[in-house]
Amino acid sequence: MENEKVLSIRDLSISFKTSMGKVNAIRGVKLDLYKGETLAIVGESGSGKSVTMKAAMGILSSNEEINSGSIKFTYYRDKEKVEVDILKLLKKEMRTRINGKRMAMIFQDPMTSLNPTMNIGAQIIEGMIWHYKTPKKEAYKKAVELLELVGITDAEKRMKNYPHQLSGGMRQRVVIAIALACNPDLLICDEPTTALDVTIQAKILELIKDIQKKMNISVIYITHDLGVVAKVADYVAVMYAGKIVEKGTIDDIFYDPRHPYTWGLLSAMPDLDTKDDKLYTIPGTPPNLANKVEGDAFAPRNIYALNIDNRLEPPMFKISDTHYAATWLLHEKAPKVEMPAELKARIDRMLREANENGK
Amino acid sequence: MENKKPLLEVKDLKQYFKVSRKFTVKAVNGVSFEIYPGETYGLVGESGSGKSTIGRSIIRLYDPTAGTINFDGVDITHKLSERENKHLRINMQMIFQDPMACLNPRKKVLDIIAQGLDVHHLYNSKEEREEKVYNILEKVGLSKEHASRYPHQFSGGQRQRIGIARALILNPKLIIADEAISALDVSIQAQVVNLMKDIQKETNTALLFIAHDLSMVKYISNRIGVLHLGHLLESGTTEEIFTNPIHPYTRSLLSAIPHPNPIVEKTRISESYDYSASGIDYTKGVNQLVDGTHYVLATEAEFNKWRRK
Amino acid sequence: MEFLDNDFELVGEENLAKVDNNYASQPFFKDVLNRFKKNKGAIVGLVCIILITFMAIIGVGLTGHTYDSQIITQQNLAPRIPGLEKLGVFDGNEKLQTSTGSVKINKYISPDGKKTGLENVYYWFGSDILGRDIFTRTWMGTRISLYIALIAVLIDMLIGLSYGLISGYFGGAVDNAMQRFAEILNGIPNLVVVTLLILILKPGLLTITFSIMITGWIGMSRIARAQMLKLKEQEFILASRTLGAKDFFIIFKEILPNILGQVITNTMFSIPNAIFTEAFLAFIGLGVPAPMASLGSLISDAFKSFTTHPYMIIPPVVVLGILMLSFNMLADGIRDAFDPKMKEM
Repeated sequence: MENEKVLSIRDLSISFKTSMGKVNAIRGVKLDLYKGETLAIVGESGSGKSVTMKAAMGILSSNEEINSGSIKFTYYRDKEKVEVDILKLLKKEMRTRINGKRMAMIFQDPMTSLNPTMNIGAQIIEGMIWHYKTPKKEAYKKAVELLELVGITDAEKRMKNYPHQLSGGMRQRVVIAIALACNPDLLICDEPTTALDVTIQAKILELIKDIQKKMNISVIYITHDLGVVAKVADYVAVMYAGKIVEKGTIDDIFYDPRHPYTWGLLSAMPDLDTKDDKLYTIPGTPPNLANKVEGDAFAPRNIYALNIDNRLEPPMFKISDTHYAATWLLHEKAPKVEMPAELKARIDRMLREANENGK
Repeated sequence: MENKKPLLEVKDLKQYFKVSRKFTVKAVNGVSFEIYPGETYGLVGESGSGKSTIGRSIIRLYDPTAGTINFDGVDITHKLSERENKHLRINMQMIFQDPMACLNPRKKVLDIIAQGLDVHHLYNSKEEREEKVYNILEKVGLSKEHASRYPHQFSGGQRQRIGIARALILNPKLIIADEAISALDVSIQAQVVNLMKDIQKETNTALLFIAHDLSMVKYISNRIGVLHLGHLLESGTTEEIFTNPIHPYTRSLLSAIPHPNPIVEKTRISESYDYSASGIDYTKGVNQLVDGTHYVLATEAEFNKWRRK
Repeated sequence: MEFLDNDFELVGEENLAKVDNNYASQPFFKDVLNRFKKNKGAIVGLVCIILITFMAIIGVGLTGHTYDSQIITQQNLAPRIPGLEKLGVFDGNEKLQTSTGSVKINKYISPDGKKTGLENVYYWFGSDILGRDIFTRTWMGTRISLYIALIAVLIDMLIGLSYGLISGYFGGAVDNAMQRFAEILNGIPNLVVVTLLILILKPGLLTITFSIMITGWIGMSRIARAQMLKLKEQEFILASRTLGAKDFFIIFKEILPNILGQVITNTMFSIPNAIFTEAFLAFIGLGVPAPMASLGSLISDAFKSFTTHPYMIIPPVVVLGILMLSFNMLADGIRDAFDPKMKEM
């Protein structure tokens, strides 16, 4: 299946200037996204997942600077294939050619994502008029269609509503409608459901999946919630301390994880059948990236650490064509270490459940 | 456990907030439940359900509009005498949601944790005060060196531990955890939950665990109550509720929990529930006994309809 | 790639970091001090204030004249400083505009050698219309202005701060009553208050103090109340309440340290206001009575001779200007130090 590459990130390195010195937020990220697929970037706070995507959208703040790397974005303009390096584009070019038009982003808090002084109809139409100079009447019609697409009842009446008149879930739907207004090729969702109730969460995720299928958009999710990942992702990249520590298809990551951090993440979430007395946890806290990292950044919290982890940073080891992990445990000389017993039991249980459901 | 006297008894609690002359927010609209000594009671609900308000009413940060709250044999609903107040303030403690805002940024950790001791004069010398603080720090997984630092020098999970230490130092009988882990990363949540379970085992403190994350609530609670729009819709032991959810709201809540099992999760569609369209009126419902300690808020007709499903 | 022999052995549990060294130990006020030191304008302001205060203390005794000695025969003399007069400035010369043109005269040393009796008399900033030494009077006036500044700070802190905090904390009817009272008080024009006070009490420093006391605290009380409203519902305050802390403990021991930055900044800004208010009142004649001098009354007196002897008005104006500018720059620096624009974690 020779699918087209939409986004290709190579050797991305970003640091912030703070009053406590330079913080190396991103220390070398390599990532690919193919057309029509969903990539989930998973990590905890401080892992760098949001910063990576902000770099892709060109919305880094002034104290964040790009040390090296490239982000190549491929799109079609009038049937002609165009490839640009986002990091090399000027802000003005980003605004007119890419942002909103080809790449759209939705954020965590729907309350602050919408302009409280404009009605939602105007906010949806804004993008179309700015990018495509669509005539007002046509844009209005399209906006109503979009509201119906995202599942808002009485769409025509709602066009005149203001954000504070809508509930949280509806606001997030409006945000999605705005993002889709200009038919982007790539949709980036930064924790889109974290601020919503769990019942609305499921609906929003199902909605995005639906739209993705209909419009053949590629989607990147940034999240820390493995449940969300399980529902929507085709590919998963796990980030820790500014680097990708494991990446693969969703089946690779959930049913055959290889990196100790991934084991920790999967174990730390109780599911409805967890009967253990204690939750397995990753001890300690993420590192302060203002200090230079010696060796593997995860080593101080890794009970499976090897001596070499304190000296050298592990490269990405290939497990299969789709599955890679950056841990010295995959080196041929490394001792054979199995994932924790509780995690293995849980994965076996899940596989059995999946089979019973007749997959 | 039901034979023992309940530690906390909430009867028909109502908490209304007057917003303007015409509009009153009925945050809590007639909620009753009990907590027994040493057990964990999980109060689950989404935003607007009133769960945080219940926690704050119980610990008397608000004055209840109606109903009674009975704690450790004392009725604490009305204005409290000096002695009653002291009894309440030592034996009931609260842990808050936002690790950034729950600690005074201008105070050292030592002073923050020792605040309860200071207010109630529970020590005889400065050394005794420090000793107690160091002991508690060890218990929550921090160390002595941390006592002289300031809150902004700690991570979210560590601040939450400091909040727990502050609550624990007074040896309370009941701790109310108001969304205490919602703002933390997943792996840190697990650490804090393990800590709370350990401490409970050691001190036999009761825990009112207020949250919206059902999987965590199921993991930690003995009994559960499901809240929606200020009403307690369903309550019972964890087992009872999860194996046999009756109320359609509870069912939709359970079906919305994501399973970290991709093959299953991708094909699952969650059940929906819309209160305004459902035709249910919470104020008309009565507590119906299902089984054991499992109760549902429903009218006769609704109860029969849902049971058959 | 070079591998060591023991590279691929498990490290074991000792590897796990027990105490994290993630954050440096840095109390808040040290941070503030560092940021303040980096602000050049604020340092300059601070230095100027210190210098002026120093001069106000010793300057009065420097020349040998006292502030109220009037020697009518030595009126309207131009500035003359020993030492500098050799360089051609401050040598007692002044240009007078007459009906026929401008004439340079020197009252100390007459050009034709006649004895004036003033050859060994020096007035560093000149003398005013009643023969008083402007230099001494300027620094005397500065003392008055600095005293006003001190009073303003004290009033702000004691009355304004407490009023605002209490009003904000208790809310409801208490807040309502307190705020309405403050508004009524604020509605009365300052000038009217001062004039009324002068009718009842004698004009003097006490009257000025009273008038500032009556309305000067209202700005601070508003700031304190606003900050209190912001912090009142924060979780660490709720935690204090659940621990049983009493109200006044919470107000002054928990909330006050958190708003100190705003308070200090606002106080610093209110000082130039107070000084200028006094100067203005003095200028229109409602200030300290003669022979006492304040910067404002000096300017008022010198104003009358502005066209004929312009040197009289310059010293008090310059000192007043530098004083106000310095306090403003200092206040700016303090505000930026407490509230940096670049906020990290």
